[in-house]
Amino acid sequence: MAAEHAMVRFYLMGKPHDVPKGLTIQKAMEYAGFRLLRGCGCRGGFCGACGTVYRTPGDYRLKVGLACQTVVEDQMFLALIPFYPAVKSTYRVEDLPPTSDTLISLYPEILRCVGCNSCRKVCPQEIEVMRYIAAAQRGDIAKVADLSFDCLMCGLCASRCPAEIVQYNVAILARRLYACHVALPAAHLAARVEEIGRGVCEADLDAMVAAHEAELRRLYAAREIEPEEL
Amino acid sequence: MRIPYFPGCTLHSKAQGFDASARAAARALGIEMEELPEWTCCGATFSMSADSVMGLVAPTRILASAKEAGKLLTLCSFCYNTLKRTNRVIATDAERRRKVTTFIEEDYQGTVQTVHLLEVLRDDIGFDALAKRVTKPLRGLKVAPYYGCLLLRPAEEMGFDDPERPTILERFLASLGCEVVDFPHKTECCGSFVAVSSPDAARECSARILEVAAKQGAEMVVVSCPLCQYNLDQAQREVRASSTRQTRVPVLYFSQLLAIALGCDDACLHLDGHAVDPRPRLSTWLEQKSQATVPA
Repeated sequence: MAAEHAMVRFYLMGKPHDVPKGLTIQKAMEYAGFRLLRGCGCRGGFCGACGTVYRTPGDYRLKVGLACQTVVEDQMFLALIPFYPAVKSTYRVEDLPPTSDTLISLYPEILRCVGCNSCRKVCPQEIEVMRYIAAAQRGDIAKVADLSFDCLMCGLCASRCPAEIVQYNVAILARRLYACHVALPAAHLAARVEEIGRGVCEADLDAMVAAHEAELRRLYAAREIEPEEL
Repeated sequence: MRIPYFPGCTLHSKAQGFDASARAAARALGIEMEELPEWTCCGATFSMSADSVMGLVAPTRILASAKEAGKLLTLCSFCYNTLKRTNRVIATDAERRRKVTTFIEEDYQGTVQTVHLLEVLRDDIGFDALAKRVTKPLRGLKVAPYYGCLLLRPAEEMGFDDPERPTILERFLASLGCEVVDFPHKTECCGSFVAVSSPDAARECSARILEVAAKQGAEMVVVSCPLCQYNLDQAQREVRASSTRQTRVPVLYFSQLLAIALGCDDACLHLDGHAVDPRPRLSTWLEQKSQATVPA
């Protein structure tokens, strides 16, 4: 019989657990007996529910990752930060002008940024968080939207900010303002919506509803996932 | 000549005329102001706290990003004051230098010289040479130079000009052909950010400066600070509405007059939006005369 699985020991909130090597933090927790109800969403690195902070021996640096994506290491000390209290303004984005005054009036704390860059260091997506807050201060909505595009809203930036800024809520406001007021409307999208409204897909959908399981399986396997060129 | 340029937040928002006119004028003089690819707020005020280094972090990172060129150009008096004084701390205080540079993970020894555009005009171009580059001399325009506080003080740290009797703006204005109006309040405080907490007190400071300038015959006041510009200009809107004071003196950035005198495109001036419209008095030198017909 092959050698036993190599094991690693990790510490969850101080308590040691021995788990097989190679598991993600999330699977390691489940192996150790936890049932994840919160702080666990898509399991695919997109939803941002499982932000995790950890340290490893001999290194003062705080490390970060998503529990569903990060492989557990021997002697890792970790804690999940599934939720962090945040301020969130309510607004009708259609009514807001895309200016620095809008961002500053809804999130005045962005002016408290001292430029420490702690947000950037803790971002599991390696987003230039401090830079987009700087852009927000001067009203460069397009730049905030662009720099923050890959944000999963895990909240780790807000957990580390000495100025108590909730960066990701500022960023999503900027992306909404950008989409609503700055970006040009996509003509092909409007055309497609109109086409669908006219019922262009109805016949295909009806055929699928009527199809048997074997036919659906064949269609699914043969589907075109993404065309080479649009 | 290319110089790394730190605009600061205000020059990207409320003071776009300062930024655009300076860039256009510098280009006309063969100076390319290269905006730093990435920058944050400088902190807006120099941190005077001796037991905290947090306020030094952002300006030090900005300075370090210009270390290859060794020079960093800025326009706003607040940014200039903050960057220059921070650099002095980094260059002379080994303990705070070690703390800040370890924190930002940059090897920076305080080698960058922060320069103001007025210094570049004086030292690299020369005011005599500048006068020869002027295509539209502003003859007959009576201008009072207003320095405020932060360009000059604290004098031993800023080393910009004589804090009591500065002359750099006077020499600059003379090279454009202006008639320079001397007035005793040119280094008084405009009220600065007291405008937020006690607007009346700040308005009083600004109104007095303007009154004295006007009494000496000034038709314009020039500044190099977005907050001075705001306070002096707004004070006239508000004082006029609430009291008997009737001073009407447009307040411009020095770079706006420079751009006009060098024949730059009017689009860089952003002369709209002033509480006291400068366009009527400047109409002689502006391309689009129709602008000047907009009522003040």
